[in-house]
Parts: sequence; C-alpha cells; structure tokens
Amino acid sequence: MQTALRTSLPETELASRANFAPHARVVREERPAHSSGLPLSIRALRKSYGDNEVLRGIDLHIPAGQFVAIVGKSGCGKSTLLRLIAGLEKADSGSISLGDAVKPEDIRVMFQEPRLLPWARVLSNVEVGLGRDRASSDAHSRAEEALTEVGLIDKRDQWPSVLSGGQKQRVALARALVSHPRVLAFDEPLGALDALTRISMQRLLERVWRDQGFTAILVTHDVAEAVALADRVLVIDEGRIAHDVTVNAARPRERGSAELAALEGSILGHLLSADDRT
Amino acid sequence: MSLIDSVSFPRSFRVPRLDGLIQWIVPLAIIAIWQVASVTGFVPTRVLPAPSDVLLAGWKLLLSGELARNIWVSFWRASIGFLIGGGIGFAFGLANGLSQLSNKLTDTTLQMVRNVPHLALIPLVILWFGIDESAKLFLVALGVFFPIYLNTLHGIRTVDPQLIEMGRIYGMTDGELFRRVIFPGALPSIFVGIRFALGIMWLTLIVAETIAASSGLGYMAMQAREFMLIDVVVLSILIYALLGKLADSASRVLERLTLSWHPAYWKR
Repeated sequence: MQTALRTSLPETELASRANFAPHARVVREERPAHSSGLPLSIRALRKSYGDNEVLRGIDLHIPAGQFVAIVGKSGCGKSTLLRLIAGLEKADSGSISLGDAVKPEDIRVMFQEPRLLPWARVLSNVEVGLGRDRASSDAHSRAEEALTEVGLIDKRDQWPSVLSGGQKQRVALARALVSHPRVLAFDEPLGALDALTRISMQRLLERVWRDQGFTAILVTHDVAEAVALADRVLVIDEGRIAHDVTVNAARPRERGSAELAALEGSILGHLLSADDRT
Repeated sequence: MSLIDSVSFPRSFRVPRLDGLIQWIVPLAIIAIWQVASVTGFVPTRVLPAPSDVLLAGWKLLLSGELARNIWVSFWRASIGFLIGGGIGFAFGLANGLSQLSNKLTDTTLQMVRNVPHLALIPLVILWFGIDESAKLFLVALGVFFPIYLNTLHGIRTVDPQLIEMGRIYGMTDGELFRRVIFPGALPSIFVGIRFALGIMWLTLIVAETIAASSGLGYMAMQAREFMLIDVVVLSILIYALLGKLADSASRVLERLTLSWHPAYWKR
C-alpha cells in the first residue's frame, strides 16, 4: 500500500513538500534503495518501578515499515513501552525482538525536547547521529543530506540557540535520520510545539517515513495526530493494550475529514470510558 | 561622525569604538579629582601624594629596573601558584564529578579543609617553608584550589542529564561523551571558578608578600613604608588594581573564545 502511494503522489502534496524543502526531491532521487524497516515482536513484556507495575504483559507484533501510534492517559505506560523498545531501559520479563543483525544505528529515538548540544553547530549536531560512523570521511556530506531532507541546510553553521522550537526539532529529526534507521521511535516529539508548527512537522514526519520506509512508533497524547499519521493506533490502559485500531484512510490524509474525525471520536471514547471506570 | 551615526540609526545608542573607552571614564575622573585635591592642598601629601608624584616614583623605579623586577617576581609567583592549585582543583573536580567513589572518598575532607581560612596558615607555612618561594606558591595554590574545585564539580554535576542520555543513545564512548557533552557543559561553571580564583590569587599573594618575602610587589610596598616613601606604597596599590583588571580581562577573552555558543556571551 505504501509503495503504491509513493509512486502516485497527488499534485497538492508535491507542492507543499516543495515549499518545505526545495532540495528534498533531488536528494531522494539520488539515494540508492533505502534501508527497509524492521518488524518488531513483543512477547509478555512487563516492567515495574518499585511497587508500581507500569506494563502488565504487552503482546504486540508490528510489521516492517508500519506507522504505529500509541496513545493513552498520562502514566499509562506508553512512554515506558517506547523506552523499552528503544533499549533505554531493561524489561523485568518478556522479550522484544527486532529480528537478527540489528546494529545500534538501526534504532533511533526522538524526544519531546530536541536535546541538541548547545555548543555544537547545527551540522555537528546532526553528525552526532551517525554513531560509530562519525569519524568517517563522508560524515559531513551525510549530515548535509539529512539537513536538506528536513529543509534546514541553510542553518548548517548556526548555533542551536538561534533556532525556533520547530527548527530545533527538525534538526533533532535530521540527527535521528542521518544513520538511516530502520526503527524510529518518537516520544511526543511535537508536544512542545505550537499548533501550526505541529501540522507542518506532522507532514514532514509522514514524508520522511514514506521516503525512508522505517518502522515508526509514535507516542502521543494527541489522538488527532495519531489518527492523521498512523496506520494503526494502540490504546494503552493500565499497562495493557486495551484497543488496537487500524486506520485505513488513504494517504495523504485530509486533516479534519469526517472519516478521521469519526475515528478520533471513537478512540477518545475508549480513552474517556477508561477514565470513568477509575 | 559618531553623532551622525547615532542619529541615522536611532536604535543603536552605542557607538562600538567608544564602548571600550566608556569603562575608563570613572577611574580617570577619580584620578583627575585626586590630582586637583592634592595640588590645592586639600589632601596633604603626607596622607596621599598626588597622582603625578606617584607616576614620578613609578618612573624612577622603572628606570632603576626595580619595578619591572618586582612585578615580574609577583606575576611569576601568581601564575605558577595558580597553575598548580588550579590544576589540582580541576583534577579533583573532574574526578569527584565523574566518579561516585572518588567523591565519597575525598569530598568530605576537602570541604573541611575549605572551611579553614587559608591565610590563617601563614605562621605554619613560614615555619614549614621559611620565607622562600615555596611558601608563597603553597599559599596561592591552596587559595586557588577551592573555587576551581567547587565550580568544576558543580559544572559537571549540573550537565543536563537528558544530553548525557542522548549521547549514550547515539553510541558515544566515555571519552567522546566527556569531550563532546560533559566538558563543554561544565565550562561556563569552570570559568566562574577561574574568575573567583584570580581574585583570591592576588589577595593571597599580596598578603603573603607583605608578611614574608624578600622581593615582589608586596615586599616593595613594605620596604617603602619603612622609609616613609608613601608615593611608592600608593604606586604598589595601583599596580595591584591594574594587574587584577588584567587577569580579569584575560579570563573574559578566554570565555568569549570558548563559550561563543552561549547567548549570554554574544555582543550585547
């Protein structure tokens, strides 16, 4: 479905992408076949902090290249699940498998805060994302390519402190993309942005995901965002997957369409009914 | 010219070339008032000689080579003491900031020593080292140690843990993490330590030289007192002020160079 869509993009989408990053299309055509996403299998995953059992047995399979959004009330364990997938924390029991021969550079995380090094120029911040390849001779050109992808190549020699919140987050995205990850985990990356910047960032996320074909896992508290971006929305409640909703709307999705609004309403219904029980 | 500039660009009130001079207006005004007060006899020369007399005394000492030699001796003591004490303080700050074990082992001891005013050790130091160079170097090093130690430690402790986590996720080795994240993050705090230490460095040295020395600026002032040469005493004090200002300016230049990423060090 994704491959079919990638080859037949409507005019409107192309125009808005051209506005965002004039060089992006050129870069895409030059790049050899992109690395594909990794499938992800989670079995009976549990995690507690002290007496507080945050995850109470998660079973989940994510096919390669799928865009999955995880929603839930705060404290439901969605961020913990993401941190476990990204390898930032260890599970108490259960397993997460990403197939064999996974390199550290294959999994990248983007946080709510950009976490840029304030003492490094934009380009060196992106180079940090290359991991062990930082010292290689093509580090510069790869970082420049990633910056072009997010439309910020003209800021390459700036300090991060002069960038706006949205621009910082785009640099963080370039840093995550520069190693061509096969799984990209987003921990509410747009949570701190204003509404308009958010929408353009959502478009950017969707575009790079379609270009690069990584498996995307997005933790968010914004159900509209989840529905707009994801193939599948998981509702987590009390440490378990309460609902697994497939979003079949064709891409590019029209924001505010009746179909998405209805879906958003039913997911919000799930979340709120969970709220009423407690 | 400058007037026209400020008129045609109403938003820039300051003219860059004058900016460097503005800070000298007050010191120069004080000297002018002082000169007038001395010449008119309002301040008796036995209490405070005129600036022109002080300048003359300085010129005489300069010609005899005594002034340059004493300044050099004091400068040398200050720098060597600063390097030794600062180096050890920096090393302990790094060790205790990066290693819990090292911190537990040494921090309490260091905090206890810190609470002893280091100038109180002068009698002991004279008994240990006599009045030769090592006594002064020891005191300066001890005085400089603590501000650098404390601020290095504080700088490393307060590096944003989110940045450290980011560095680890992106596969930085321990060495890289230190070079790219921890050290640059601690640098603003280290500079605060350096500037504090520069102040303490002069203070300690002057006190030590006044009490126990056979050369240096403090010694020159004490000798002059013996012979009632009040112009030389005042000259020494003015030179302290200039040297202190010089050290401070040097650390500012270093800050500007290394912290150019920090918005607080951009041209205001």
